[in-house]
Amino acid sequence: MAILEILTLPEPALKQESSPVTEFDDALRAFIADLEETRVNGPAAVGIAAPQVGYFKRVVVLDCSTTRKPVPNHGRLVLVNPEITHWEGYEPGREGCLSVPDYTGNVIRATRIHLVAQDPYGERLEFDMEGYEARAAQHEIDHLDGILFVDRVVSRRTDLFKRKVYQKGGGKAS
Amino acid sequence: MTDQWHMLTLIGEDKPGIVAAVTQALFDLGLNLGETSMLRLGGNFTIMMMVTGSHPDGFLEDRLKPVIEAQGMCMHIDPIQARLHQHLVPNIQVTVSGADRAGIVAQVTGALAAAGFNILDLESDVAGTANRPVYIMQIAGVADAPVESIEDALEPLRRDGVDVNVSAIETYIG
Repeated sequence: MAILEILTLPEPALKQESSPVTEFDDALRAFIADLEETRVNGPAAVGIAAPQVGYFKRVVVLDCSTTRKPVPNHGRLVLVNPEITHWEGYEPGREGCLSVPDYTGNVIRATRIHLVAQDPYGERLEFDMEGYEARAAQHEIDHLDGILFVDRVVSRRTDLFKRKVYQKGGGKAS
Repeated sequence: MTDQWHMLTLIGEDKPGIVAAVTQALFDLGLNLGETSMLRLGGNFTIMMMVTGSHPDGFLEDRLKPVIEAQGMCMHIDPIQARLHQHLVPNIQVTVSGADRAGIVAQVTGALAAAGFNILDLESDVAGTANRPVYIMQIAGVADAPVESIEDALEPLRRDGVDVNVSAIETYIG
């Protein structure tokens, strides 16, 4: 086991798309153990995605069971080739990132998702997630697509404005 | 002359190109920017920014003045004790809305201060219509006290007809 080096902005590789895992072998599982050790080593990291340590395969680890106030969660999850198949609702919430030290911002994410993935042995997994855990999955899957949360940050003012327009129905944002 | 941070405050009627003109002038003078806030308030454009550079006293003001005046803006400069990377992460947010009347901000923030709540960011706006103005305020801050005690502190406002919501901010780090 080893703690891996975390890539941080402006490292261009963080913008790279990761490829699906095809070999569910011991090497994959050894990497996942290192990835998890790196996650828990990071300050307050709830999730981590493989490309954050320079491994450009579709693997993420997240664990929403340790929040200050308990939130609905499925415990520690290792998700290989995760894919969101359904989104519902949206809400802003604050995010930060191991790859973007000393910065947090508000991001709008779907409030409920359905997610399919594989475990480290290639077995199919399926979850309905909500709230904080749904946010975690969306943040980590973004990493697999080369998207950082800073690409999605909104101001609270922007968020209010969007809602006002939306509620009027059919108004166009200028 | 060591590099000294200054807080540069600029205010003027909003129009396209202000930020470009000002920041180009700062760049041309060899100054660097730190954290900034730029916002349209009531038809004015307001800028507060940390700027630094190794120049003698008065240099900044003398050189910037023509540029700022050409933009029809007022300028104010203060030397400040400042460092970057001093961010605090908010853990509680308070949203307030209610019929606009004098004293809402003072009452809410007074109650928050008494509860030991440190405001990091406050945005407020008057929405609704000219006949029925609605005051909307969003506050993010840090407090050691739990959400419940902040709620209790704001309870008198609720009885006064102000809609106050307090929630914990669980920042997702991944």
